[in-house]
Amino acid sequence: MEHITLLIGIVIVTALVFDFTNGFHDTANAMATTISTGALRPKAAVAMSAGLNLVGAFLSVEVAKTISGGIIDESAGIRPEVIFAGLVGAIVWNLLTWLAGLPSSSSHALFGGLIGATLVSVGTGGVHGEAVVMKVLIPAVAAPFVAGLAAMAATRLTYRLARGRDEADTAKGYRAGQIASAALVSLAHGTNDAQKTMGVITLALITGGVIAPHSDPPLWVIASAGLAIALGTYLGGWRIIRTMGKGITDIQPPQGFAAQTGAAATILASSHLGFALSTTQVCSGSVMGSGLGRKGGVVRWSTAGRMVAAWGLTLPAAGLVSAGAAFLADQGTWGVAAVAVLALAVCGAIWAASRRKPVDHTNVNEGPAAEPAGVVTTALQAVAPPPAGPLAAADTEPGAVVADPVPAAAQPAPAAP
Amino acid sequence: MHIDWAALGQVFGVSLAVTVGIVGLFTVGIVGTSRKPAADGEAAATTAPGAGARAGALAAFALCAAAVAYGIYLIVAT
Repeated sequence: MEHITLLIGIVIVTALVFDFTNGFHDTANAMATTISTGALRPKAAVAMSAGLNLVGAFLSVEVAKTISGGIIDESAGIRPEVIFAGLVGAIVWNLLTWLAGLPSSSSHALFGGLIGATLVSVGTGGVHGEAVVMKVLIPAVAAPFVAGLAAMAATRLTYRLARGRDEADTAKGYRAGQIASAALVSLAHGTNDAQKTMGVITLALITGGVIAPHSDPPLWVIASAGLAIALGTYLGGWRIIRTMGKGITDIQPPQGFAAQTGAAATILASSHLGFALSTTQVCSGSVMGSGLGRKGGVVRWSTAGRMVAAWGLTLPAAGLVSAGAAFLADQGTWGVAAVAVLALAVCGAIWAASRRKPVDHTNVNEGPAAEPAGVVTTALQAVAPPPAGPLAAADTEPGAVVADPVPAAAQPAPAAP
Repeated sequence: MHIDWAALGQVFGVSLAVTVGIVGLFTVGIVGTSRKPAADGEAAATTAPGAGARAGALAAFALCAAAVAYGIYLIVAT
């Protein structure tokens, strides 16, 4: 067993950073609606999700044999530099979308990064184009429709069945059910996404000759990947949680339950039937579907549109960053160092920008600040006016109820380091 | 390029059926255990669910719990 070289060490650290951003980014999938319906307090929700992510990392018996599921030809000369460049692109894109508060797929960012880096370093032969379409594009396009329609039908049904019941009385039951569904999503996320990082680290160790090919990830790899994703989940991507829990539509407990159950059922059914759909798209789609399923519910299409645009950009944008990083890293040791320094600088800049308008567990349930009603939203409201009453008021003025804390929170933190 | 429409359709059908089934079942449980507002005139009074409704609700919740257990089994087994 050889020593772990500096380069392999850098790749491992970068992979763990990606794992962290992955957890950070995808907390919203499991917990956004749980937080916005009040089923769990924000801190309790992320703590539960983090715990289940950690458990999930240890649960799976199927070891991540390939990091990319056949998208990259991993035998075509993937070196640690390529993996490193791919990870850098994925991390940068994850942080950028987090800054914008948009839920985008961390897996797509990783795939995009690896594809971009492989194209530059190895050439077009290293990427299986058909696998990109089959494993990334189709699942991403199909996911919001499948989950959205399921959640919409379920929302309709549950409102119809529970008609005439006291909302305050039923809300408790819905919230309890939602927690169970959210727990399943968290557990599935831990097994799937922590595995990806384990696969990346294991591949780096194999390419560096530290462990034998086709060997299982060592225990310290499993443990560190699980811890990194759990830590990221616990710190919570509050910006994305706010978008998914409040920004797309206003979620009532029955909708939250229907959306979360639809997401859990779709994720488990699709992966079990061998046609895995993208988790992020499934969860966003089910939230939109539950918004459409309630009478008078309004989906803010401007927010949804920005989200879909981010989905479309994820693969090429992460790929572009990684292609540049791979080009630099191929120049030798100084290139790798330059990529590392640049990546740190970009991450620092994004973090500094995020401090100007911090979103954390204290203000996560406030409506999107000064979100202008988009053209489509206005048009839809004109066509199908929501029934008058408190629901309509809540729909049109999401920030009105909590108007007071907004100015205080919106001020830039004066003593931000 | 070969798109496996059959698999996609299967995923769609199963997801829809399971989601609607579980949510419907759970709602039956909620309806069975929640108080029903009394008939007109007694807005303040509510009636507690009867024993039959309660038993049906518990059965519905038990089926939902079984579905969750099966979900955990799927996660662990794959």
